[in-house]
Amino acid sequence: MEKCDAFIIGGSAGSLEVLLKVLPRINSEITFPIIIVIHRKHGSDSLLAELLSGRTSLPVKEVDEKEQILPGTIYIAPSDYHLLIEQDHTFSLDYSEKVNYSRPSIDVTFQTAAEVYKANLVCLLLSGSNSDGVSGLKSVKLWGGVAAIQNPETAQVSYMPAQAMLHVKIDQILNIEEIGGFLNLLS
Amino acid sequence: METNVINDEQVEILLSDLLEQYGYDFTGYSRASLKRRIVRLYGLDKALSFAEFRYKINNDHTYFKRFVEQITVNVTEMFRDPVFFKTLREEVLPKLGTYPFIRIWLAGCSTGEEAYSISIILKELNLLHKSLIYATDLNPTVLEKAAQSMFAMSQMKQYSENYILSGGKKDFSSYYTANYSLAKFNEDLKSKIIFSTHNLVSDYSFNEFQLILCRNVLIYFDRELQFKVLNLFDESLEELGYLALGTKETINFSQIAGKYKRLQTEKIWRKVE
Repeated sequence: MEKCDAFIIGGSAGSLEVLLKVLPRINSEITFPIIIVIHRKHGSDSLLAELLSGRTSLPVKEVDEKEQILPGTIYIAPSDYHLLIEQDHTFSLDYSEKVNYSRPSIDVTFQTAAEVYKANLVCLLLSGSNSDGVSGLKSVKLWGGVAAIQNPETAQVSYMPAQAMLHVKIDQILNIEEIGGFLNLLS
Repeated sequence: METNVINDEQVEILLSDLLEQYGYDFTGYSRASLKRRIVRLYGLDKALSFAEFRYKINNDHTYFKRFVEQITVNVTEMFRDPVFFKTLREEVLPKLGTYPFIRIWLAGCSTGEEAYSISIILKELNLLHKSLIYATDLNPTVLEKAAQSMFAMSQMKQYSENYILSGGKKDFSSYYTANYSLAKFNEDLKSKIIFSTHNLVSDYSFNEFQLILCRNVLIYFDRELQFKVLNLFDESLEELGYLALGTKETINFSQIAGKYKRLQTEKIWRKVE
């Protein structure tokens, strides 16, 4: 990969623990944004941002609609909206039907990001119990980006990364302690 | 969903067709969401080629209606974000209740769930008799559905929970009659709602209101169109009137921001000058 323009992490059941371990290892000089889409109950937004910002010196914020995406920032998809990436590198939100029983859906963010960042995108799928994110990773590959998953053997719930492994040609299979280093090297 | 069956240029072609053929202007809509909706419909209807898809939209009026209905998002709930409705119930509507007459505009009402939610609160505050709710949408089809006052029975458990969280004290099921898979809401709730088409992009202000609600509509517009629509709301709102937007929407950055004061934590602003 020539240059990473965005790093997107999708996760469901069992992914929060991973994030809490990975965030402290992320270099504060990273040159791209990190966008996090995780499934959770509606209405627990500010808590999650608070929880994650305690683990990193990078700014962590819940996305505002039409917000410009800046490097060196960690963005969190708000609960109960799909998070989409626009061609002008802004976020937009969408309250359409749930996808894979989920809103936000990881597929939606991966797919729209794939078309924007093309070969300069890395998407990482973590632990989870449904197949959200799998067709998103397919799109990432289709547009030339990098598809990564948490090693299913290290996942609290292996179904999601295992499904991805089954259906998509994965570029990187990472153990939890390898994620931070992998991400830092992309800067 | 295969996302590459329609490219960005083809999306622009369809948008200019809609404008030229039908006068519907979607060019100010956020593209990522719009494109996703178009691709989704293309797959859903098993279009054979872009040319065929385009031809049908341009030449088959019934299909054009379906197209507009499907590319706009019509997902809504009763008492969605209960805390918001609690603020309406406890703060906003009692203030407006001191007026001889209350005019409310619900812009982008979709299938009407919010219109009935507001009607229920007005009824409980004993204000319904002197209120009028103008519920508008650009889509005639969703308005027809809204006017039937019937919603899926399967949703009632969720709506009842929302209603209670919003400060409702009654038995929610007293507001409807179960009819197989549908809940038919009582006629009196509809008596003060006027359902009508209105396109925020191209239509003008049509009255003065004390409360305008437009929740989760602006998220589909680009900044420029958002500002234009906020100006339209400003023109349509009386002094000391209220403007309510969706949880993630804001009037900040717009021209009208200086004239409004926000109520605590909810996305409700009062026009103060």
